[in-house]
Amino acid sequence: MNGLKKRLGLLWMILGPASIIFMFLQAYEKVGLAAEGVQKTNTALQWGIILFIFIPISAGLVIFGYYALKGEYDQLPSGSEEPKG
Amino acid sequence: MSQELQKNSIFKVIGASSLGTLIEWYDFYIFGSLASIIGAQLFPADAGASALINTLAIFAAGFIVRPFGALVFGRLGDLIGRKYTFLLTLVLMGGSTFLIGLIPSYSSIGYAAPILVLILRLVQGLALGGEYGGAATYVAEHAPSNKRGFFTSWIQTTATGGLFLSLGIIVLTKNLIGATGFADWGWRIPFLLSILLVGVSIYIRLKMHESPMFTKLKTEGKVSKNPLKESFNNKANFKMVLLALFGATMGQGVIWYTGQFYAQSFIENTCKVDFNDSRYILLWGIAFATPFFVVFGSWSDKVGRKWIMLTGMLLGIIFYRPIYQIFLDDTDFTKVTQQDIQSVSDPVVTRTLVEGTADSLISTSARVTLLSGASYQKIQSHIEFKEKRKASAVQPDLLKDKQLSTAVFWKFVALVFFQILLVTMVYGPIAAFLVELFPTKIRYTSMSLPYHVGNGVFGGLVPFIATLIASYSGSTPLSGLWYPIGIASLSFVIGAIYLSNKKPVETEA
Repeated sequence: MNGLKKRLGLLWMILGPASIIFMFLQAYEKVGLAAEGVQKTNTALQWGIILFIFIPISAGLVIFGYYALKGEYDQLPSGSEEPKG
Repeated sequence: MSQELQKNSIFKVIGASSLGTLIEWYDFYIFGSLASIIGAQLFPADAGASALINTLAIFAAGFIVRPFGALVFGRLGDLIGRKYTFLLTLVLMGGSTFLIGLIPSYSSIGYAAPILVLILRLVQGLALGGEYGGAATYVAEHAPSNKRGFFTSWIQTTATGGLFLSLGIIVLTKNLIGATGFADWGWRIPFLLSILLVGVSIYIRLKMHESPMFTKLKTEGKVSKNPLKESFNNKANFKMVLLALFGATMGQGVIWYTGQFYAQSFIENTCKVDFNDSRYILLWGIAFATPFFVVFGSWSDKVGRKWIMLTGMLLGIIFYRPIYQIFLDDTDFTKVTQQDIQSVSDPVVTRTLVEGTADSLISTSARVTLLSGASYQKIQSHIEFKEKRKASAVQPDLLKDKQLSTAVFWKFVALVFFQILLVTMVYGPIAAFLVELFPTKIRYTSMSLPYHVGNGVFGGLVPFIATLIASYSGSTPLSGLWYPIGIASLSFVIGAIYLSNKKPVETEA
């Protein structure tokens, strides 16, 4: 299981930036449609907000993947004791 | 202290905490439930659909700032204590909700109206970001560890309870005042009513004591000096924050908002079921399913939290599309034949000018009642061109304000109940799960952030992102479901592989 946790870490590290690139491409395409009055829900403001929120979350996914790759999740603490740092 | 006294004391703690949290959720949700009416008050009369979209954007802003509220008030809660922090969030929430009810309309103060409401909505979001973590932590820190799931599950009923209360008060006020009066001024009543509810809750909370665990830390001088730094700058703790977000709260958030928000929005806006029926379906579903928060919370004390939450996610991934397909099929009246029709009301013909032209839109509206007991408004329309040489353009028939037959109504209640049952599986044990991940001195801060990013951001954006996906060319009405299904799938895989299924051991609070 620990081997799988580590290998998947790499996937999460790739998934973070990949999802942001996908969202940028979607924003570019859909905001263009909004300018022609086709889709009123796809405005630059709304897509800007979506990207603003999801960029830090994707960064978090990359860090999560990095920790997984380094084996940080191989052994989880048994309770909510004070963190060791 | 005797066991009986301890039991009474914990139920007092739960009652006082839950009431305040329920009121905060009520305050937070009335805005969304009244979006279309508020939109008409806040924006110019000719704004049309953009008024609703802008109002929904203001509604969404409240979700987006929740993680910031979690940081601000979580830090405060770890520094000065749980009791005073969530008293403060209650005052902020109640005050801002009350003030929304007093904001003059666009016709009186112009664009100051939506700007003021946006500011108050941001205060609501910040307050809620601080409230939930405080209440869950406060109850958990009073409970023995082998009953944390059971006791904190009462707090978990409050979000659904707040939604139920908001829908109930809105439907009741509308039925008492009438649709016109409600749209004109009656929508303010649910907002103004909040001040009474908050007043009662503040009175009760003022009588409560600080959490025993926090008091012990304070006595020992072990209170955190910088909770934000200790929560997020400490790898051992930060990795648990990330695990909680991606392995649990992210999936829980989309399951919560699909079952309780998107379901109603889909039934009303996509299936075109009428205003009251779509809300009654949700109200019944919530009423039947709410006790299961406590059932699953309590069960998680015996079998662990992990697999109950993950099973809820997995069932959502499997069953969402078939359920929503049934919603669509059972409200599709386009294939109705003459043999199915019991009666048709006298048609009403209206003529309106097509904006920016001299052409007229002629609409013929009639109420069709079927033998099954279902009924709907059928609107046939065509454009009559001023230039007589042009043939009139026939518009597609519009079927709306559908009322369901009794059998289909209860079938929808059962399907919504099933979705909320999944909510109770993912949400019932999660407060205990989060509390157990983090140490007392930084618990409020550490658990609030992943909860509000998962629930508020991933979950709160379900209606918006699902609607956005469904509007793409080539998409179907079910395409929007790929967002909650995709997020829940990712969370399920991460949770299944990385989370451990700890079973609580018995210790005194």
